[in-house]
Amino acid sequence: MADFNSMELMICIAARNLEDGATVVVGTGAPCATAMLAQKTHSPNLCIMFEAGGVAPLLPSMPISVGDSRTFHKAIMASSMPEIMETCQRGMVDYTFLGGAQIDMYGNINSTMIGDDHSKPKVRFPGSGGANDLASLCWRTMMMTPQDSKRFTSKCDFITSPGYLQGGNSRYEAGLPLGTGPYRIITNMAIMGFDEESKRMKVLSINPGYSRKDVQDNCGFELLWADKIENTDPPHENELRILREEVDPFRYIIGR
Amino acid sequence: MSVQLKTGRNELFTDPDPDNARAFFRTKSRELKSKISNAEEVVRTMLKDGDYIGIGGFGANRIPTAILHEIVRQKKKNLALAGHTATHDFQILVGGECIDRCDVAYIIGLEARGLSPNARRAVQSGKIKLTEWTNASLSWRLKAAAMGLSFMPTRNILGTTTFEYSAAKEIECPFTGKKFAALPALYPDFAAIHVHECDIFGNARVYGASVSDQDLAKASKRVVLTTERLITNDEIRQNPESTFIPFWCVDAVIEVPYGSYPGNMPYEYFSDEAYIKEWLAAEKDPEEFKKFMDKQIYGTKDFYEYLELNGGIKKIQKLRAQELLIDTEIGGKK
Repeated sequence: MADFNSMELMICIAARNLEDGATVVVGTGAPCATAMLAQKTHSPNLCIMFEAGGVAPLLPSMPISVGDSRTFHKAIMASSMPEIMETCQRGMVDYTFLGGAQIDMYGNINSTMIGDDHSKPKVRFPGSGGANDLASLCWRTMMMTPQDSKRFTSKCDFITSPGYLQGGNSRYEAGLPLGTGPYRIITNMAIMGFDEESKRMKVLSINPGYSRKDVQDNCGFELLWADKIENTDPPHENELRILREEVDPFRYIIGR
Repeated sequence: MSVQLKTGRNELFTDPDPDNARAFFRTKSRELKSKISNAEEVVRTMLKDGDYIGIGGFGANRIPTAILHEIVRQKKKNLALAGHTATHDFQILVGGECIDRCDVAYIIGLEARGLSPNARRAVQSGKIKLTEWTNASLSWRLKAAAMGLSFMPTRNILGTTTFEYSAAKEIECPFTGKKFAALPALYPDFAAIHVHECDIFGNARVYGASVSDQDLAKASKRVVLTTERLITNDEIRQNPESTFIPFWCVDAVIEVPYGSYPGNMPYEYFSDEAYIKEWLAAEKDPEEFKKFMDKQIYGTKDFYEYLELNGGIKKIQKLRAQELLIDTEIGGKK
């Protein structure tokens, strides 16, 4: 088995979920690296979009901002934020990736604040940016994150971006588009999906080097388990080579 | 089926009434006249304490730096800001203690560069009143205003704490019965947008991703353009399909070459990442940051002095090579 770190593992696993011909809106960092890896391996026609307006660029390097000129370098279109968001709202965007300080069992994500007083937060983060919009409007939301019992919490201090809200049918009842929601949570330890009925987080596969106990011990709520738990197929040599040599040669992301 | 409709609890900082907006726009000049001005005069005469402002571009991409600095130099107070991926622009305005209200989509962060310590301190102290939104929400609030409406029905922000601390309302669609978010139209008092080219009347062209700037120009009551270069009205008329903002939206035009520095200007120059890093480092200690602001903004007369202080044309040449992926080493890179 090849040698890899947990960021490389998460990126390689996540990239396998992006099929050829799909559309994905990404931010800077790991999500962008994931989409680039998918494009350079099995999905040459993956359409990568950025929320400030860039559509299908030939990325010469990793962008610093989702609005910098790399995001529309030799692109198909340099459009606008409403153009991208309306394309999501129309149902034309398949995937997006989000990050956050907290996530709960329904895949709700907090990237706004820690504390209980909105006007005087204990810790303030940037807020939604486009995250709430993408989580609301893209078909499938994914998250890549290291897993610990603080981040995987029984209750988010603030729900910035919607997962399945209170579970069951509550997401659709809140008015969010039918058939959308969190799809995969990819951590250093495991791959999770969501139960079809209850919409609770459900472990599908365990990553190399971790046990069932590790996965539950590093989670602040009770996880559901698929009937058959898979062993995650570790990163392949060619995935790692392309990731290291072509996607992130300066190790900006995989060196973290 | 009757549905329970919720309302966001936070303050709506602007008036969404389209007839009030029309009454203002009725008085706005449609004359094809020269609007050439300078940053000092624009900020002194077009912006007053307490105004609601919108900034074009995307935080550290295509930003009107000359106007942002002048707002700080003239010590404008109690401004409200559309925090629509506000990054370096937010750093500047918070550094000058100019803002006391903010419609938040994205603040205090600088994307992949990390967080601004000073902006974070200011926000966590409770000095700036926040209403929560999202990037699409602010885009669509501006679009509603650009259309001359009072709100836009949308399908984002529903069901979340973001909605709870917004000033949006849930509504029932009269056709389908589905629940939508009604986002109130946003008519800013003042907007500053940096463009690639415009003529003296304010007919402007923007290249690259345009973010929400077309709607921002239409929705705002007073608009100043800073431009990389002035072009002739003849040139505008040769390619009318390239006109991104028409003259009637614009109140003032200022030619500011390299005017997005230290931000990125698509097809012109890349962002000065080393300088932005310096700024972030200076913010760690409030005393250090005060000295930094004194040197960079209060101590410089205008944008040209500021650019000189930070490397001038030579710096721009480097950033230009970076933007265009040109190898400028003698004999080429080894």
